[in-house]
Amino acid sequence: MKSGTYIKRTNRPLQLYAVLFLIALYVPVLFLPLFSFNDSIYVKFPLKGFTLQWYIELIDREPVWASLMNSIKVGVTTSIIATGFGIFAAKAITRYRLPGRGPVVGFIMLPLVVPGIIFGVALLVLLSQLGVRLSLYTVTMGHIIVCLPFAIATLIPRFEGFDKSVEEASADLGENAWWTFWRVTFPMVFPGILASLLLTFTVSFDEFIMAFFLSGTDATLPMYIWSQLRFPQSFPSILAMASIILLVSFILVFLGQWINRGAQSGSLESE
Amino acid sequence: MSADHATEIPGRTAPLSKTGRLSIMLQKSESLRAYSLLSPTLIIMAIGILVPFGILIVMSFWTQVGFGFDMAPTVANYEMAGERPIYGALLKRSLWISSAATVATVLLCYPMAYFVAFHVHRNKMMWIVLMTLPFWTSYLLRVFAWKVVLGYDGVINSALMNTGLVEAPLEFLLYSQTAVIITLAHAWAAFAILPMYVSLEKIDRSLLEAATDLGDGPVMRFLRITLPLSLPGVISASLLIFIPTTGDYITPALLGGPDGSMIGNLIQKQFGAVNNWPMGAALAIILMLSIAVIALGFMFTTNYIRKRIS
Repeated sequence: MKSGTYIKRTNRPLQLYAVLFLIALYVPVLFLPLFSFNDSIYVKFPLKGFTLQWYIELIDREPVWASLMNSIKVGVTTSIIATGFGIFAAKAITRYRLPGRGPVVGFIMLPLVVPGIIFGVALLVLLSQLGVRLSLYTVTMGHIIVCLPFAIATLIPRFEGFDKSVEEASADLGENAWWTFWRVTFPMVFPGILASLLLTFTVSFDEFIMAFFLSGTDATLPMYIWSQLRFPQSFPSILAMASIILLVSFILVFLGQWINRGAQSGSLESE
Repeated sequence: MSADHATEIPGRTAPLSKTGRLSIMLQKSESLRAYSLLSPTLIIMAIGILVPFGILIVMSFWTQVGFGFDMAPTVANYEMAGERPIYGALLKRSLWISSAATVATVLLCYPMAYFVAFHVHRNKMMWIVLMTLPFWTSYLLRVFAWKVVLGYDGVINSALMNTGLVEAPLEFLLYSQTAVIITLAHAWAAFAILPMYVSLEKIDRSLLEAATDLGDGPVMRFLRITLPLSLPGVISASLLIFIPTTGDYITPALLGGPDGSMIGNLIQKQFGAVNNWPMGAALAIILMLSIAVIALGFMFTTNYIRKRIS
């Protein structure tokens, strides 16, 4: 009998803990959809009755649609630019001997760690000193900075996951760098690109702190929600909106992670 | 493509133009090529991070005059931050709240990371995705969800009152430091698991077998091998939670009440209602410096302890 089986023996209490952990992770969020179907303006037990009223109410609200469109515009632009830059950066980080690689990567990943409020106010100060009017463009700029680390972190395992010699073979067979990229590298990293687009779109779509400091008169969807939190009577429709946003975000992120699963499990195993 | 290739060869034998020389230089120097690929990212990061930080530092030495600034450099903002007890108190409270949230998150997430690393063999990816999925979704909405759960008339209170367990709503749930700590721990859990999982996953299983063969029981084996080897993951998880949560202002704004407001709320007010940007800049710098000092101190201590252990 292998000793490995002793170490790998199932551990019932730990299994139970894991299930409880996942429940605790998801249940608070699941109360939002639960109460969004509740036929009462108050968010409390006992539940009254089933209604779609709050969802129907959303459809008639002009600002909801306007802010939704703003968020989509910002999200699409952000995801394309962040992923585009991310492809170059991930290639540079994984494919070349890069002097000062550690500090450079650390610098690029800073937005993941530094409190959002610091970036928000710093960019706000810069833009106001330059006399730039706050608009959706400034929000997009903030989101690109927030999303770039996510794009690069998603793409790096993809580049690491395939053999450099395939690219070299293509070069040896006479393709120039541009065609090697399009015909070899791009198809190989395509799942990573798709995942990066989906993930950065979701991060931008849901982002609040940068939008809070950098948006002008055009609100993004999270900004609109924030502005509505003060009014108790709009609480149920916010619940409805939040449920839709969460559902869409979960689907997009899940798709992104799923498309990219090969790269991630591969990189984790090799580590 | 062969046509492409054919046209390239005469170009190489012909006398080099300026662009030709540049492209040869690019092909020869790997690091130059790498940095030219990185340049769009680095440029936008420089514009988005370095330049704003520079201006933030400069502004922290200015004075607000009505809607404009007096640009004569002065340390008055920092002096005021030192003198007025409210600033120090809020900073201390922020550090305390995010330390508590960090400890709670790491303690709660470690067993989970351990479970996935050691006891999940099939569908590992599925578990990782499930654990990290909430992290990608709206922070604002996850905090909002806790407001719904903890509220005065919220899920917990109304459920407790309905079942007759309590007579009046439990007031300590909403608008308290506890509420902020619970919410922060929950919101950052998904972020904390990954580094701990990675460092646990990396542990060579044969070390555990060796320990077992040499007579260590499960507890000793965990304390002498698994825990020390996973410490780097625990350290990075702690920093990854502590640093961003210290500056958080959404959670305290929605759930903190007067007792739970943090330095982030104060900074945000300086740029909003109070309209004293230089003071806000000074507070942001102070926050950054305190975080840096604590993070470095933490890293040195844990390094020292790790060396002592091994």
